[in-house]
Amino acid sequence: MTATQTATRTIELEGDPAQSAAAPFVGRAMPRVEDAALLTGVARYADDLPVKPGTLHAAILRSPHAHADLLGIDTAAALTVPGVAAVVTGADAKRLASAFLVGIRAPMEHWCLAIDRVRHVGEPVAVVLADSRYQAEDALDRIEVRYRPLPPVTSITQALEEGSEPLHPAVGSNLVNSRSFRYGNPEAAFARAARTVSVEVEYPRNSCTPMECFVVLADYDAAEDSYEVLSNFSGPFAVHPVMARALNVPGSRLRLKTPPHSGGSFGNKQAVFPYVVLMGLCARVAGRPVKWVEDRLEHLMAATSATARRMRIDAAVEPDGRVLALRMEQTEDCGAYLRAPEPASLYRNHGNLTGAYDIPDLAVTNRIVVTNKTPTGLNRGFGGGQLYYGLERLMNRVAAELGLDPLDIIRRNLVAAEAMPYRTASGGTLDSGDYRATLEQAVREGALDALKARRDALRAEGRLYGIGYAAVVEPSISNMGYITTVLTAEERRKAGPKNGAQATASVAVDPTGGVSVTVASAPQGQGHRTVLAQVVADVFGLRFEDIRVNTDLDTGKDAWSIASGNYSSRFAGAVAGAAQVAATRLRGRMAALVAGQLNCRADDVRFAAGKVFSDANPDNSLSFSRVAAAGHWAPGMLPDGQEAALRETAFWTPEPLKAPTDADHINSSACYGFIFDFCGVEIDRTTGALRIDRYVTMHDAGRLLNPLLVEGQILGGFAHAVGTALYEEYAYGDDGRFLSGTFADYLVPTACEVPVPVILHRESPSPVTPLGAKGVGEGNCMSTPVCLANAVADALSGIAVDEVPSLPITPAKLAALIHPPEPPRPASTAGSGENPPPITTPAGRGLTGEGSREVPATPEQVWAILLDPMELAALLPGCEALELVGPNAYRAEVVVGIGPVRGRYTAEVALSDLDPPNALTLTGSGTSALGSGSGTGHVTLERTPTGTRVTYRYGASVGGKVAAVGGRMLDSASRLLIGQFFEKLVARAGGAAAPAERPSLLARLLRLLGVAR
Amino acid sequence: MPPLNSTSPLTAETRHAVSIVLNGTPRTGHAHPRLLLSDFLRHELGAHGTRVGCEHGVCGACTVRIDGVAARACLMLAVQADGRRIDTVEGLAQANEGRMTALQEAFRRHHALQCGFCTAGILMSLTDYLGRNPKPTEEELRDMLSGHLCRCTGYAGIVRAVMDVTGRTMKEAAHV
Amino acid sequence: MKPASFDYLRPATVADALAALAAGGEDARVIAGGQSLMPMLNMRLVQPRLLIDLGRLEELRMLRAEDGWLTVGAAVTQAEVLARPTLAQEVPLLAAALPWVGHFQTRNRGTLCGSVAHADPSAETPLCLIATGGEVVLRNLRRRRTVAAADFFLGPLTTVKAVDEIVECVRFPLARPGSGHAFREQSMRHGDFAITACAATVDGQSASLAVGGVADRPALRSWPLVAGGLPPDLDEALNAFAWDLGGDDDQHATARYRRDLVRRIGRTVLEEALSCRR
Repeated sequence: MTATQTATRTIELEGDPAQSAAAPFVGRAMPRVEDAALLTGVARYADDLPVKPGTLHAAILRSPHAHADLLGIDTAAALTVPGVAAVVTGADAKRLASAFLVGIRAPMEHWCLAIDRVRHVGEPVAVVLADSRYQAEDALDRIEVRYRPLPPVTSITQALEEGSEPLHPAVGSNLVNSRSFRYGNPEAAFARAARTVSVEVEYPRNSCTPMECFVVLADYDAAEDSYEVLSNFSGPFAVHPVMARALNVPGSRLRLKTPPHSGGSFGNKQAVFPYVVLMGLCARVAGRPVKWVEDRLEHLMAATSATARRMRIDAAVEPDGRVLALRMEQTEDCGAYLRAPEPASLYRNHGNLTGAYDIPDLAVTNRIVVTNKTPTGLNRGFGGGQLYYGLERLMNRVAAELGLDPLDIIRRNLVAAEAMPYRTASGGTLDSGDYRATLEQAVREGALDALKARRDALRAEGRLYGIGYAAVVEPSISNMGYITTVLTAEERRKAGPKNGAQATASVAVDPTGGVSVTVASAPQGQGHRTVLAQVVADVFGLRFEDIRVNTDLDTGKDAWSIASGNYSSRFAGAVAGAAQVAATRLRGRMAALVAGQLNCRADDVRFAAGKVFSDANPDNSLSFSRVAAAGHWAPGMLPDGQEAALRETAFWTPEPLKAPTDADHINSSACYGFIFDFCGVEIDRTTGALRIDRYVTMHDAGRLLNPLLVEGQILGGFAHAVGTALYEEYAYGDDGRFLSGTFADYLVPTACEVPVPVILHRESPSPVTPLGAKGVGEGNCMSTPVCLANAVADALSGIAVDEVPSLPITPAKLAALIHPPEPPRPASTAGSGENPPPITTPAGRGLTGEGSREVPATPEQVWAILLDPMELAALLPGCEALELVGPNAYRAEVVVGIGPVRGRYTAEVALSDLDPPNALTLTGSGTSALGSGSGTGHVTLERTPTGTRVTYRYGASVGGKVAAVGGRMLDSASRLLIGQFFEKLVARAGGAAAPAERPSLLARLLRLLGVAR
Repeated sequence: MPPLNSTSPLTAETRHAVSIVLNGTPRTGHAHPRLLLSDFLRHELGAHGTRVGCEHGVCGACTVRIDGVAARACLMLAVQADGRRIDTVEGLAQANEGRMTALQEAFRRHHALQCGFCTAGILMSLTDYLGRNPKPTEEELRDMLSGHLCRCTGYAGIVRAVMDVTGRTMKEAAHV
Repeated sequence: MKPASFDYLRPATVADALAALAAGGEDARVIAGGQSLMPMLNMRLVQPRLLIDLGRLEELRMLRAEDGWLTVGAAVTQAEVLARPTLAQEVPLLAAALPWVGHFQTRNRGTLCGSVAHADPSAETPLCLIATGGEVVLRNLRRRRTVAAADFFLGPLTTVKAVDEIVECVRFPLARPGSGHAFREQSMRHGDFAITACAATVDGQSASLAVGGVADRPALRSWPLVAGGLPPDLDEALNAFAWDLGGDDDQHATARYRRDLVRRIGRTVLEEALSCRR
């Protein structure tokens, strides 16, 4: 076991490797070889690489609607914009590309451009290709798209409703997949258990949002019918065949390269793949190379998201807190399309559904729904945050209901060390670790007793302080077959087996003795080059700086497999292991080469300190470079049958990764680390603000290859988890509008919000991986949100039993629990202040409202106003022109704006359901460069003794850019604009004058404008 | 080219000469009035060490020094920078005889970067800030750093690195 | 995310700028620090034909305390005001609130006048201007006029400034002896928009509270001191104020939460201001 480290104690750095050349590099805190380029600005990210002359720059027109039929696209005006070379639409995609493969058997088509329907805000609809990005964006505003909005599906609940509008009509339902699993005898366990404890939780949409957005450079070679693309794609390369199929070429004709540096991924850059296809298509249509750089608005709105999940878990519990069985229902929101590799989020943890606990009986129902939201994909913690949010809230609930200490519930149920390797109910193999001892070490070294004393002291002062716990297993190195658990055994038999997790690494020694390592791990900033140099230097007995590592990938030349890439924490276990295997094999070949010269058997040749010698006679040594030169210049020295080239490529796959069994048992990952966290939080009684007072995170990730980098991974994962727990959410309105479109709306924690956790380690080497290492980067995204939530539940224990607001846990949500009911509005002040009275907020969050007004005119007179185009023009806010285009159908030019911001909308307005003079329906919709707006108003006219009672109900929807970047203001702004229409109607019909217009609340939606005051 | 200080505006359709002193070296490029300084530096002058992360002034990746003062290059037009001294990350080591500065070395030692995309902006903010406040407290430092988003490090290594070069120690992790 | 096309003018004098602004009408915009306008340009929410840069006009760089006022010109940055050594004595509320404006990097270019002209309902500078009883000096080609802060803000992003006017400077009254001041705000993250911001001033006669982030513009209310202390019915008064401010729900906070903060933080800052009178 290595020394305990905390993030605050400086790790002993290995500044001068030469000083301790004898000690292995693996296990040492080596600073990174990557850093010099990154710190001096010479690093080359995708957007820094040169482009070919004549390259066109792409800008993407995106749907402002959550759900709409796509009726037509007119690109004529856009093509006249200076600098524009081409506009690509879904028609081009249909002609030259194919729909993406889908991971389940259901008739759902997902194309790189919308074909006849848009299914989420931000879905690509057309691409402008121009000489510069600026010019391409100029032309976006000139493309005219006709949509017919459809009812949006914006929640899991709604997706499960019978009548919800199916996103994919051929599927017929928004519940696109459902599978039930039964392991052991859960029914019997529930029958015999003393009680059943349940939780129901929802996990929100969010993502780890790397600082660098997507980049694609694409070129098409018509002579060879082949595509060459450079992109900051992160893998998994299982998606490469998906891309190639969508481009209608074999994989050999889609040469995909990755740049030398990438600005982070955390899984997210997997989701660039539809754009690889889209830009390949664009290059083909335009006949010129194409470059696309995603901007932040595009990224937040439409790149990717973690899945939202609803989870209900029942536990069969004994009086002492022992859990005998679990019954789980998971419903996963995958967004508008099941984009590869989904539904992986739901199945990634299938082998470890029971977490770190010895729970033999398990029943699971997994449902997948589609909603009108951005498709989901890889995101740090992939499925683990969702699973453990339910599981660890459940364990906390067991303690609360039994009146026991939550820590004792965890202790009582942990898998015992003697049981390792432990086979879980659902087929996972927990490979190593002593979970109980690890927990006790954390309790001791993390000073839990002192934390409890602090809680008691602060509570005595009346403060809201709580302690939370979480224990999880962190899976790493995904089994490429786990996703097929979504299929039935019969379907799997038809599809052919899927299993394993092949990692590749090539090691080459050049004639000067230089050593090159090439891997297909597509690093995104973790420091793979450093670790690989450590591993290979040890194998050859060379200096750290003698090893040169290349991590940029070219699928046309390099060794890769479908499992390649940067995901499922597979680097330390699989890729570094493969490099060691390759280097060791190559060393064996070099040993054979020189054994004769050294007068020993190849097995006795040693490599150390840059020398090659016989174990028996170290003084008679050759330099490593001399041996390398001989391998190149004198291959004839090799014994018969030995290959000459000093290059070795290893493919390594973990032995325990089999395909799912017919009983649906699946070992979904090769390794399982263990994490035990506890924390103390305080909630401010005045503001509801939560402060993380202390956080202790204990990791057993097997053998640590570089403690400095391991600590960096834990700190980074922890920061993401703090964001998930307290700040970040991709929020949508009930009408599907997207609300988190800027970094002022999507709240990434800053240095002021992320505390430094205490990090503790224990090392139980994995028996599965060559180096004994397991993954470590994702664990806190699994453990920390729920640990904080459990601490909140503890802090609020004087107010409610085990109650936690939904994630993210914001001050406003906490205040709603802490604060007493709001004092009523004093009657005397209404409208008397210097400020106007507040607008009454209608119930719910949708853009809906209603009103009623008595006017001194007959229903016939009111009816006449509504049917008169001149009058209608006067009623519509900002209407500059109104043109009759059909029976009771108009086209209106409307300018809606405030201050410097103006949006010119060409609106379609129609009157329908005419029942003169009693009722009608007024609909309007329009799109501008700022986004879309639509509304439906039902008006009824009721004769009264003195005139007419005009009653109206309306529903409205605002989408696109203006909603995404100013979402907070939309409710009131839309209410006001629509309210204005009806107030004017009433006024026109001779009713009380419409109240003086306040400065338009539309302006409020522009509050974003001060994002960087 | 028309003088930039003029009663007649620079026209939208024309690329105008823009001269700056980039890391001590006079450089001239051409820009339409709407071209952002970030794009001018990266794609016109080839100084791509400055990164672009949000283009709405929140993430801080594009922070450069304008006449010594740290500011967002995405919230400034290239034509506004005409005649100014612009310092970017490339200039740090250049001004230090080609070696990384003590701050850069501390970033390396303390693993204050992973993907490195936010790093250039943070370094440029720090060089301005530490010039004004050479020994910030951890709280002051974190306040300044809140103008930068980093998704990799959790900021711990960054704070540690700065505390190291300024000769201060970081407070222990939120301890009991 | 790139701006639409515009002409760019860097005028040599304020008069040149005003002439261009008068000629440009609705299609012209002025820019100084650009920390509010540039994001709007980048997102194409605003598409002027002409951009007039005030940033280098020496005439607009006045920063001085005289005749009972601190005058801050249109080209003076938030950082420059914050660095003024005497600020805490001159306008203590501004000294307390400016660190909450954006971040170090945006304060380096952002101006006070720009923030006032922008009129974000949750911005700190307009709040301080209202709270202290400051004024806004507007100028067009023909005249200069001074508007009390209380009359300047009409609503979100909406002020009495005419299309052909610029905010030439803003003026904060210097703190009177014997007055106390306090500022607090609650936001989601450090440097974010205030969910609720409260600025209190207490002098010998009265206590006043200005609130930003709740209504569609910053708002001020005053109460006479009772026996040298805060009014005994302060809770009721704050409740009435909170309800009058109203507030809206958004994805981060509810209207009710905003009102709750007015009641709670409002009391806190009033008590702090009372206790720190000097």
